[in-house]
Amino acid sequence: MNSLAIRTTGLSRHFGPVKAVDGLSLEVPAGTVFGFLGPNGSGKTTTIRLLLGLLEPTRGRAEVLGFDTLTQGDEVRARTGALLEHSGLYERLSAADNLEFYGRVWRLPAAERKARARELLTHMGLWERRGEQVGTWSRGMKQKLAVARALLHRPALIFLDEPTAGLDPVAAAALREDLAALVSREGVTVFLTTHNLAEAEKLCAQVGVIRQGRLLAVGSPDELRARTGGPRAEVVGHGFSEELLARLRARPEVVAAEVQNSHLIIELRSDADMAALVSFLVGAGAQVEEVRRGKASLEEVFLTLMEEEP
Amino acid sequence: MMADVWTIIWKEWKELLLSRGSKRGGVARLAIMVAVFGLFLPLQTGREWVTSPMVLVFWAWVPLILVVGVVADAFAGERERHTLETLLASRMPNRSILLGKVLAAVSYGWGLTMASLLVGLVAVNVAFGHGELLLYPAQVVVAGTALSFLAALLAASGGVLVSLRSPTVRQAAQTMSIAVVATVWVPAGIVSLLPRLFPNISALEVQAFLTDLNWTAALVVAGVVLAVVDAALLAAGLARFQRARLILD
Repeated sequence: MNSLAIRTTGLSRHFGPVKAVDGLSLEVPAGTVFGFLGPNGSGKTTTIRLLLGLLEPTRGRAEVLGFDTLTQGDEVRARTGALLEHSGLYERLSAADNLEFYGRVWRLPAAERKARARELLTHMGLWERRGEQVGTWSRGMKQKLAVARALLHRPALIFLDEPTAGLDPVAAAALREDLAALVSREGVTVFLTTHNLAEAEKLCAQVGVIRQGRLLAVGSPDELRARTGGPRAEVVGHGFSEELLARLRARPEVVAAEVQNSHLIIELRSDADMAALVSFLVGAGAQVEEVRRGKASLEEVFLTLMEEEP
Repeated sequence: MMADVWTIIWKEWKELLLSRGSKRGGVARLAIMVAVFGLFLPLQTGREWVTSPMVLVFWAWVPLILVVGVVADAFAGERERHTLETLLASRMPNRSILLGKVLAAVSYGWGLTMASLLVGLVAVNVAFGHGELLLYPAQVVVAGTALSFLAALLAASGGVLVSLRSPTVRQAAQTMSIAVVATVWVPAGIVSLLPRLFPNISALEVQAFLTDLNWTAALVVAGVVLAVVDAALLAAGLARFQRARLILD
């Protein structure tokens, strides 16, 4: 199998003057969970539609599982699963009938359809309610069922377009857990779009950040953090005078230092010796009560990227 | 391909039967229609329901009306309920989706018509047979079966074409209603205008023409015309079935 699940080269899709996707070049390794992050209207959904061969690119090309999305869309769709912007469930039908229908669509033999539906519904905690009309379910249950439907035919790649959007925190966490377990068990490549950066941090090995159709950054969450900022320390205490701050900023291991809400925030170089820094602060007259060392969150990285000039 | 077409038909019928909230409600709706078309109308008409060739009008118009009632939902309904994009993101080929939708509507309209005619036959025999077995004339059965199928196919192919590009079921239904009214009233209007358009032709001449008309040949011609129109509408539907356009619309 191709080691790349997705490869796009200069992929663009314009709607009149609007550049929904603009020169997107991206590589997603097979067997990974790739998070595609961006604000509303940034081109995430259009990218998924292009990758599924549901839209024709204005320029550039995309390969999914080794197939060209423009000329081999049928091959792409035959090997992928999708949970798109809407769950796409037939609400008049029961959960079992929804899976039965898509099992037939994917030409699974009758016995396999039933066994697979049972396996997935049991895993999602929905087996006992399989006979109920989906329209009567909560949004969280519907999303779980939609994930089960996307995985039904054991696709090599699944597209999940904001799977936890609109769910309450408990339902979102439950779906995330189910998703992580299923993905790891099934060994499937996942292309996930989300607004939820904690979700991306938890699930994704690689993330891409898109804004106004253009890819701003791509890499592992750690790589993105390193790109937009190194390790940092948060010091709780007193006596962080302007003079102390000036001396602190002059030290070679310190990139920046400022006081926020009475806490001293220090951005450090990667080889910084924290013990020496604490000794310096105490020696300079600061009263140190607590020191926390950490890294910028993906959310901070995302916000930094969003604030950069286009 | 037939397996895929059958899968779509299976789903359409499931949704149709459950459109009233439960399978029992869906079956009851079908039973009411068969009762109206297969019991009420035949019992009102009497023996002529079976013996008169005018029953051909029923064979041709009822499936058309029944199909129009459901086919607006074919694509517009999926679009409105946000299920279309997921279906289009599957491996299901365009042709299978379209034919599945068309044949589901045809099976509904044509199937109910056939069931109504069978029930009507039994009802008329029970009520008016007086020991004699009344049967539809063989020619009427052959012509009626073919014409009703072609009429159902006409409504389904045209309806799917309308539904493909309608954003909502309501808009599709409105467009189809206009089309049906035009199909019924425009020919009727033309016929009513004939005496004015051709004042030199007398009513007697028209009556003589109708009496001398070879009805078998006329029905064959009507069937062929319907088949050609059906084929053209299906071809147009297939040509207009473009995944990208369906999503963007």
